[in-house]
Amino acid sequence: MPQYAVLIFERETPGGVADIPPEVMRAHEELPARIAELGGRIVAGLALEQSTTATAIRDDLLTDGPFIETKEALAGIFVIEARDLDHALALARLTPIVSGGVEVRPLIGFEILEPS
Amino acid sequence: MLAATVRVTRDLDAAEEAVQEAYVQALRTWPRDGVPDRPGAWLTTAARRTALNAMRRRRTLDAKLPLLLGPDEGEGEMVEPDTIPDDRLRLVFTCCHPALALEARVALTLRLVCGLATPDIAHAFLVSEPTMAARLTRAKKKITAARISYRVPPAAELPGRVGAALTVVHLLYAAGHTARSGENLVRDELTDRALDLARMLRLLLPADREVAGLLALLLVHQARRASRTDADGRLLRIEEQDRSAWDRELIAEADRLVVGALRAGPPGRFTVQAAIAALHAQAPSYPETDWPQIRTLYDELLRIWPSPVVALNRAVAVSMVDGPAAALAEVEAIERDGRLAGYHYLPATRADLLRRLGRHEEAAEAYRTALALSDNAAEQEFLTDRLRETGPLA
Repeated sequence: MPQYAVLIFERETPGGVADIPPEVMRAHEELPARIAELGGRIVAGLALEQSTTATAIRDDLLTDGPFIETKEALAGIFVIEARDLDHALALARLTPIVSGGVEVRPLIGFEILEPS
Repeated sequence: MLAATVRVTRDLDAAEEAVQEAYVQALRTWPRDGVPDRPGAWLTTAARRTALNAMRRRRTLDAKLPLLLGPDEGEGEMVEPDTIPDDRLRLVFTCCHPALALEARVALTLRLVCGLATPDIAHAFLVSEPTMAARLTRAKKKITAARISYRVPPAAELPGRVGAALTVVHLLYAAGHTARSGENLVRDELTDRALDLARMLRLLLPADREVAGLLALLLVHQARRASRTDADGRLLRIEEQDRSAWDRELIAEADRLVVGALRAGPPGRFTVQAAIAALHAQAPSYPETDWPQIRTLYDELLRIWPSPVVALNRAVAVSMVDGPAAALAEVEAIERDGRLAGYHYLPATRADLLRRLGRHEEAAEAYRTALALSDNAAEQEFLTDRLRETGPLA
């Protein structure tokens, strides 16, 4: 099945992960099962630290903060398998969101490199 | 003979082509082999055979389309033997997928569903040919890369997806109806294609009330089309139009659709718009229009589809029920809202209300503002005429 990245954008709060309401945390934990129920699969998940912890490199210049400043910062990424875009969108809609949204992008490739 | 062939093609044009082809065959073979015992039956058989062959060719083409659009997983998708209407519907839903930008949806629908050539689409939307070609390529690339499926959406998603398709058809018609600039006010090609699409959707989704609503709306516009301009191409407002030139048959058809859609439950925005248009079309004259009913319908439209353009149209109805002063207050509220800044109908409506109130200097000022914002030749001429009646041109 084709793979899609589900990019989660959330408004950041001072407490970071600690501010996530318990029901949202629970929904995150249940997400793989719910996606499986709909015939999809989560291949990988990445949870990012606050964007204030980011360091950007542009040419030789190091700057504090994320590469692109946005009101809602990239908070995490799922990689899912879905039949087609409609299916991927239906699965992405299950992502628990506090104040923001998700972007769905088809993947060209996804690789985990084993230590050689 | 044509009807028998239509039963095969279900498409009048294709059937006509097949019948013509049968006559050509007869002209070629009868002089050589002699006239058959039952010439009528011979012709019908020949026409139906030609039609079947043409359909087989088209089916092969349709079957290849998913490949052009992207690899088809084929999961849970059985190809029914009778797939022609279904295929067109799939194609509409693919081209009108909400994951595509609206301008891309419109262009794709014209190219793939209506079969218009890219240069013609570019011309219709006033962009260069390379720009339109690039837009189409980008859209097709997204369909392939994101795997937008070539299928009719499941029932749960259908209302939203039909809405996205109807928006495209409506935009197509609107683009043809009032060309944004240039001399010809009506671009028949676009309006005809939009009407064809609306009729096709009505045929394929007979239970959808908003499809009926949109078709009715377009039919009323179409019925009044010939009277929108005078012999010199000057734009006529509805009160100036020759009502005897309106196509009563189309208006009656629209009315039946509206009544049916309204009876079936709470209406969507196209149904309400169609109801308003039908009331206008059925009125014996502009002053004798059922304005209170129209204002009520605009109240409903504003509730289900809040938009400052709807509010502006509602203000015109208010002016006919409660007078221009009450309407002017509403227009000023819309001006304060700010979203319609740059929309020439706003100062044009304001100008008309001021003129009716006898405030000619302020009306002239508003006409000048409207004139500066319009880029349609016929509309500019209309506004200039009005300006001459109220005050100096410069």
